Amino acid sequence: MEEKTPLIRVVKNENLSKTKIWCIRLSAFVVAILLGCLIFVICGANPIAAYGEIIKGAIGKSTGIKQTIKIATPLLGAALALGLCFKMKYWNCGAEGQITMGALGAAFFAINFGTKLPSIPLLLLMCVGGVVCGAVWGLIPALFKSRWNTNETLFTLMLNYIAIGIVAWLQGGPWEGKPGSQIVPNFPKAAVLPKVMGIQCGWILIILLVFVMFFYMNFTKQGYEIAVLGESENTARYAGMNVGKVIIRTAAISGGICGLVGFMVASGVNQTIYSGIAGGVGFTAITVAWLAQLNPFAMTVIAFLLAVLSKGSSALQTAMGVPSSVSEIIKGILLLCLLGCEFFINYKMILRSKKEAK
Amino acid sequence: MNINIIAIIKAAILSGAPLLYGTSGEILTQKSGNMNLGVEGLMFMGGAFGLCGAFVYSNVAGANAIPLVAVIIAIICSFLAGVLGSLIFSFLTITLKANQNVTGLALTIFGTGVGQFVGELMRIGVGGNVSIPNNMKDVFANSPLPAFLRNIPVLGELLFSYNMFVYMGIIIVVIMWHFLNKTRKGLYLRAVGESPATADAAGINVEKYRYLATCIGGGISAMGGMVYIMTISGCVWNHTALSGEGWIAVALVIFCFWRPLNALWGSVLFGALSILYLKLPIPFLPTQIYKIVPYIATVLVLIFVSMKENREDQPPAGLGVNYFREDR
Repeated sequence: MEEKTPLIRVVKNENLSKTKIWCIRLSAFVVAILLGCLIFVICGANPIAAYGEIIKGAIGKSTGIKQTIKIATPLLGAALALGLCFKMKYWNCGAEGQITMGALGAAFFAINFGTKLPSIPLLLLMCVGGVVCGAVWGLIPALFKSRWNTNETLFTLMLNYIAIGIVAWLQGGPWEGKPGSQIVPNFPKAAVLPKVMGIQCGWILIILLVFVMFFYMNFTKQGYEIAVLGESENTARYAGMNVGKVIIRTAAISGGICGLVGFMVASGVNQTIYSGIAGGVGFTAITVAWLAQLNPFAMTVIAFLLAVLSKGSSALQTAMGVPSSVSEIIKGILLLCLLGCEFFINYKMILRSKKEAK
Repeated sequence: MNINIIAIIKAAILSGAPLLYGTSGEILTQKSGNMNLGVEGLMFMGGAFGLCGAFVYSNVAGANAIPLVAVIIAIICSFLAGVLGSLIFSFLTITLKANQNVTGLALTIFGTGVGQFVGELMRIGVGGNVSIPNNMKDVFANSPLPAFLRNIPVLGELLFSYNMFVYMGIIIVVIMWHFLNKTRKGLYLRAVGESPATADAAGINVEKYRYLATCIGGGISAMGGMVYIMTISGCVWNHTALSGEGWIAVALVIFCFWRPLNALWGSVLFGALSILYLKLPIPFLPTQIYKIVPYIATVLVLIFVSMKENREDQPPAGLGVNYFREDR
């Protein structure tokens, strides 16, 4: 890009009209789609047909739409959780582990009380178990962050793999079904979330959560504290906020929501637990939350878009023989393009000659 | 129980070699203040393109293929793949000032996708697992040193029996240590990572240093993926085995206190932890718990570092923060 040359200087740009902002984002999207075409050409597939197949596979039929919503639900849930942390510039990269721990908490009750309790109290117990486990997993790095300023990015990243390892151990050890199978047997019927319109009912909960989060972040005292802390820790301290408390509370809420997602994934989608249950959702959610500028409604759109891509590509694999990893590549390209385009929203480039002319 | 210590050490060093590359590359990157969390993606790209390069060469050259050329091609391909990946990262974070954490994760998504894609494409192209001729595999896997050194009892096994990538990794690390600590340019680079504003005021080109360190570091990290595929995984694309390696490398950077020389023993230690459950099972310790020990150790180090006031062991002060001159 040209701004590397001394002819151009970069300055902050704070008053760009909404239309322009969306034009820039839209053009980044178009660029990503065009770059994606290149990938299809490499595989020897017709790009237009391939994109058509993706859209048809994801939202063409009702079964496709159901699958897409199923993929989007945990992604949106985790993104909502992370949005809270990012708002206060606390880099929680641990959604993957918090989801896994949430699934673990839920599975604990499903496995131990699955046949002893009726469905509704059991599901409530599982939900609470998931939320608590997720919250605890989110709490640990926050405690150290508030006390010793331990780097939370790296801490939460490491906790992801510890959580995955713990589940892998349970899966092959205490909770193993058939000896040697390395599989936890399916939960009893009572421990499975009921379906609404053919999709596990978690999606309704998550949509509700979108509104709750919007309200929480914009219209509550706690949300305000998070925003102030994100802008400036010193200001927050000067205003008399207990910085450590806010960090710990927010991280716990965030972890709790991830735990809830874990419960939904374990109970509603997989009806069992395994080490890869979070399936990268926690990582993708980070990018979703950030690209949405931490706006819950924008997160909904982006999560749905990425779900369309994932579902569509698996349809693409069966229809045109294109490797399904294409979806990861296009997802990556899309994320990178959208990340890059923020520059053109936040900064503007000024030619030196123009300045001199003034 | 008869435990063959030499065999364990040897296996630890071999399984630590990819980590050595991944970690030392990331140390160079982080010393410049760029936290590239895309190491996982870079190692995938390096592994896939390294294998692809060697495979294409062996197919094109047919019976005339010279194994050593295949090695060089694999090294170059993986390095370039890493440079390309980190160039995307650098452009986004340095020039376009995008958030480093998010960009790194997006790079991981992109890189693992590209790696798997190339791997699958090769599999589809050949109609089975990609393989290269056995004589070529041997050059990747066997020691390049002369037989009389390898045949020294005990010492030969312990010091001279490794594949060439182990020795190359050690050389890279030593050069990096020398560069960072003994040269003026290395000092400048560390200044950029610690306090870009100060470095800028001193007339150091912050952008240039960050770009170069991130790209070269990324290239070295990506070579780690190639080393994994070509040695441990036996020249076969195996994305399940490779996954997680990049994150261990990121963990190791912290574990080593951002010092290249520490990466030498750190990678052996983490390499040992990743194979020890096979060689030295501890009765009460389940395998899966054994495997998460590196992460637990890293967390402990991270906490320890933050509790200690020692300034030498801290992460670069400017780590993860983009530099914009007008923000000073």
